[in-house]
Amino acid sequence: MPSIDTRMSEGRQGSDGEPRGGLLVAVWATLKRDLTLLMRRRSEVLNPLVFFALVITLFPIGISPDPELLATIAPGLLWVAALLAALLSLDSLFRSDYEDGSLEQLLLTPQPLAMLGLAKVAVHWLLTGLPLALMAPLLGIMLALPSGSYLILAFSLALGTASLSLIGAIGAALTVGLSRGGVLLSLLVLPLYIPVLIFGAGAVQAAIMGDGAAAHLAILGALLALSLMLAPWAIAASLRISING
Amino acid sequence: MTLRLQASDLACERDDRWLFKDLDLDIRGGEIVRVEGPNGSGKTTLLKILSGQLADYQGELFWNERPMRQARQAFLENLLYLGHAPGVKAALTPLENLAWYQALAGEPVQEPTRLAALEAVGLAGFEDLPAGQLSAGQQRRVALARLELTPRPLWVLDEPFTAIDREGVEALEARLVTHARSGGCVLVTTHHELKASHQLRHIRLGRGGQDAEH
Amino acid sequence: MGKIWSFIHKLGSPKWFYGISARLMPWFWTAAVILLLAGSVWGLVFAPQDYQQGNSFRIIYVHVPAAFLAQSIFVSMAVAGLIFMVWKIKVADMAAAMMAPLGASMTFIALFSGAVWGVPTWGTWWMWDARLTSMLILLFLYLGVIALRGAFSSRDSGSRAASVLAMVGVINIPIIKYSVDWWYTLHQPATFSVTSRPAMPVEMWAPLLIMVLGFYCFFIAVTLMRTRSEILRRESNKRWVRELAGDQG
Repeated sequence: MPSIDTRMSEGRQGSDGEPRGGLLVAVWATLKRDLTLLMRRRSEVLNPLVFFALVITLFPIGISPDPELLATIAPGLLWVAALLAALLSLDSLFRSDYEDGSLEQLLLTPQPLAMLGLAKVAVHWLLTGLPLALMAPLLGIMLALPSGSYLILAFSLALGTASLSLIGAIGAALTVGLSRGGVLLSLLVLPLYIPVLIFGAGAVQAAIMGDGAAAHLAILGALLALSLMLAPWAIAASLRISING
Repeated sequence: MTLRLQASDLACERDDRWLFKDLDLDIRGGEIVRVEGPNGSGKTTLLKILSGQLADYQGELFWNERPMRQARQAFLENLLYLGHAPGVKAALTPLENLAWYQALAGEPVQEPTRLAALEAVGLAGFEDLPAGQLSAGQQRRVALARLELTPRPLWVLDEPFTAIDREGVEALEARLVTHARSGGCVLVTTHHELKASHQLRHIRLGRGGQDAEH
Repeated sequence: MGKIWSFIHKLGSPKWFYGISARLMPWFWTAAVILLLAGSVWGLVFAPQDYQQGNSFRIIYVHVPAAFLAQSIFVSMAVAGLIFMVWKIKVADMAAAMMAPLGASMTFIALFSGAVWGVPTWGTWWMWDARLTSMLILLFLYLGVIALRGAFSSRDSGSRAASVLAMVGVINIPIIKYSVDWWYTLHQPATFSVTSRPAMPVEMWAPLLIMVLGFYCFFIAVTLMRTRSEILRRESNKRWVRELAGDQG
């Protein structure tokens, strides 16, 4: 075998078993960078929340202000509206990186792309899914959501939106190279959201009925574990396809 | 430091059209290789293949005599690629932009190195302004600062002279030559005529796969 | 190992596929016609009436095979996508591209026949029945794959993107199906579901089995046929296709 003589490869090649400090540093830097970016453009963080509140306002106006009716449909409404709000913010997940060339650079690092993509998704959840979950109880009051289900509502949304961010990121990665990917993204991603919606809204309903929502939350957790295992690889593969246009 | 990037029988077909065919390359340390050709002849595609971004090609690539598929990790650790788009975030300052690249490259994230790199490309004093407030040429310089920031032997540069003023062009040309002199290798596309240098080689891409190399 | 590789690539060569499919196609067409004819006549004329639904249950002979096929085609599409992604075999992608509209139409047939069946059974065209709901979601999944493939300006990228989406979809289909079933039992525990039935007598399910087999043969025959024309279209500038055209014209 010919000697491999560039100094960096030698250093890394020789130490296969050693932990690569580089990955943690890179993931941390990506987290920090994306958080800084979003904190400097607060409107991108606030828009989904405003959208969530607006959609919830539409329902009593469109259907009826009757608290009893609203209370029966509140779990589903809150979940559907939060899901749509999370979906709307997905399109921008990789788009600015694609447009300014950072995505190319992300693909060319020696670090595994799946992990760096996961860091970006984590930021998306932290600044979209989590705030939506925290805001949902407030809107629950407006929809006369029966007491005793507020904690479960917030918790199920926090757990569920993490899966939604992961699954949605696959769609965002597939459509990032398309100039008008937004509507297509919804078409691709919404059918895949249905299981999360069923168990998320189901958890809130079960809490209202007093059945205990543990089983639902456990399934939501299982869905999250599955998404965490599989989605990063699909996101990485999709980004590689999109970058080739 | 020696390095060698080889391609044999390289061909790329995009939707039933051959961009290039039967391309043989042997690039070693100490060389500046300029890829030439008219618009649409596949220069950017060739650079993307040679920088390991596109897997959609026929033929074989070798890095230091190992097939690229096996050597990919080592290859990426030796590569610095600058594309058409500078890869600079408008909302971040040059220092923050470079910090991310430092971390991605697996280098220690140190501010003095970054400051030195920015100074080398003439951006001293602009370190803490959001990159969006800089001119296009200055943003390109932020990207070029990565040449100083992360010492990598193989540089693949797609139109690096875009938007840069005359002094900047001269400085960059000189930088490419010093890199080659110190054993590194530069693959570059540009419409700008590089001043003759003994290390300069050309790869000419034509339409329809008429390729010549000397 | 080398032998397996060369076999896979031989299988993947468009020219070879074009030749072998020409020999296979007539068999599948014949089988499809015979099975579909036999199954329809047996199912529609000779099979006994249902004690509860009378003659209207006979729509099962279209609904169930279509629903079976709708799901199988999605799985085959994902497998073809996987083969295309892993071994870069273009024929697999051509087949996947041809399967998608066929699968979507089968899903639509299943939905439509289900709706028609709903009229005498439930007295309405649409019920959020577990099977119908899953079918509706499956239709959206098909539409997504078709739309994504068409959205790319480069065909190669479109093929890869559609393959990834088909694989993601196929992992999700069982999860969706399970959760929809669960959702349905939670909300309508007492409603009569047309498809979860007590055991059928053999005179009823035997023609159903024949119809299912007939639908599968039809699917294979149509896929072979459409893949062949896609091969000619995509390879129209290759020498073997030009020679073929020269021979015939």
